[in-house]
Amino acid sequence: MIEAAGLTKHYGSTVAVDDLSFTVEAGRVTGFLGPNGAGKSTTMRMILGLDTPNAGRALIDGKRYAELKSPLRTVGALLDAKWVHPNRSARSHLRWLAKSNHLPVQRVDEVLEMVGLTAVANRNAGGFSLGMAQRLGIAGALLGDPSVLLFDEPVNGLDPEGIVWIRQFMHRLAADGRTVLVSSHLLSEMAQTAQELIVIGKGRLIAQTSTDQFIKDATEDNVRVRSPHADKLRELLAGTSTVTADAVDGALVVHGMDPASIGELAAANGIVLHELSPQHGSLEEAFMQLTKESVEYHGA
Amino acid sequence: MTLLAVERIKLFSTRSPWWCVGTALAITIGMAALIAANTDDRFPLSVPVSQGFTNFGMVVLMVMAALAVTTEYRFGTIRATFLAVPGRVQALVAKTVVVALVSGVVGEVIAFGSWGVGKLIKPGADMAIDSAAEWRNVAGTGLVFVFAAVLAVAVGVLVRQTAAAVAILLVYTLLVENLIGIIPTIGPKIQRWLIGRMSDHFLTAGNQSFLAEGGADDHPFGPWGSLAYYAAVCVGLLVVALVVAKRRDA
Repeated sequence: MIEAAGLTKHYGSTVAVDDLSFTVEAGRVTGFLGPNGAGKSTTMRMILGLDTPNAGRALIDGKRYAELKSPLRTVGALLDAKWVHPNRSARSHLRWLAKSNHLPVQRVDEVLEMVGLTAVANRNAGGFSLGMAQRLGIAGALLGDPSVLLFDEPVNGLDPEGIVWIRQFMHRLAADGRTVLVSSHLLSEMAQTAQELIVIGKGRLIAQTSTDQFIKDATEDNVRVRSPHADKLRELLAGTSTVTADAVDGALVVHGMDPASIGELAAANGIVLHELSPQHGSLEEAFMQLTKESVEYHGA
Repeated sequence: MTLLAVERIKLFSTRSPWWCVGTALAITIGMAALIAANTDDRFPLSVPVSQGFTNFGMVVLMVMAALAVTTEYRFGTIRATFLAVPGRVQALVAKTVVVALVSGVVGEVIAFGSWGVGKLIKPGADMAIDSAAEWRNVAGTGLVFVFAAVLAVAVGVLVRQTAAAVAILLVYTLLVENLIGIIPTIGPKIQRWLIGRMSDHFLTAGNQSFLAEGGADDHPFGPWGSLAYYAAVCVGLLVVALVVAKRRDA
């Protein structure tokens, strides 16, 4: 289990992570979702003791990372697949990692087998494709048979086959009862990988909920209504639903009421309607909607 | 012990340390052979003459020591290291010990290799190591190399970039140490306190040779005092580097 409480990190005057609190439970894959620059990697680095938070703390099974004895036996992390020396063989890379946490050398061959790199174990990691490097990173994370796993954008740049492999791999790890935290900036990817979601934007927590619930909430259907008596209709609707105005043409966008009820309400009050159309939101649209204000870098 | 084994695996599972060690041996023992072959009655070969170029090997090993750290920052393996060993000070001390030991052993091989090659080429020369000063001159080389590697690791940890670390080490060792004496009045006063002067004095004190530069013979300490000063500065800088690495985000 991972617990973050009030995690805060400044870089100069920039606030990368702002009073972030969440828990990651064992036995399921938890997605860590947010736009690029939202603070996902910084948060993971603070959980792993690489960066020191300005405030708050992160605990793994009740302990700070630095307090763990032989940390690789408790926590496996893949933050960047490129964190290998290009002129060192895959086996040597895993060999020093294993040695550092008193893991038997046979374990190196076991994890290489697990990720399918046995045939290239003695080749220098610098010659690996991104997919192979990603597998080597996962082998390193699994070395100590840890109960907690963190992966930062593990499918970035992978081909579809690699993506499916990683996804299934994570499901297997969670099914074993491990705690799995996976970050991504793609909701569609997370929808297929994670059962639980922690959504952040600009370093702040936006939502922690089950993926199903998040998708249901996020893609809730809206109804577009145009009427010459928009103001009156708006007053009538205000009691039972949320009404916003479309930024482009000023039409009302009604959440939480189906088209039939809106039509009946209008008729009962003698309001003329020019449009009454149900809208179906997409997953990515909803995510963008939710994180719009918290996107760090906008296109011009 | 475990951490020493980890750093040993890391150091010797890439090729660059082997190249550095090979280069250091080839340059120094090659130079010693060249010098020995060209000595004559006017410039006689002796123990101190055979040791005249060991410093070149030291510079190469300092590059190796700095690379052992800066490549870890360059390729991110330092973060993998700190994940595996959250005690950063222990991890970096282990690395320093391994690199310094390698440097020290190679230093001894260079010193006795340079001496041996001279003896081989000029069997008639007086190459007996039969005074304390001569033993210090030959066997002391390893000690000087040990702390040179410590200094290089410290600089590597502090600046984290290969080009910067190597430039600082080379410019300081090869240029600053020698050129600072040019500054009128104050130059020689500063120079006598510089670590290169100290380590040179430790090796060469009491050993007469035609290679020795004339001039500044005023040393603040005796040979062993000079070594202690030199070692203290190198270890001191390492302590600063360790404190910085512990506080800094990896």
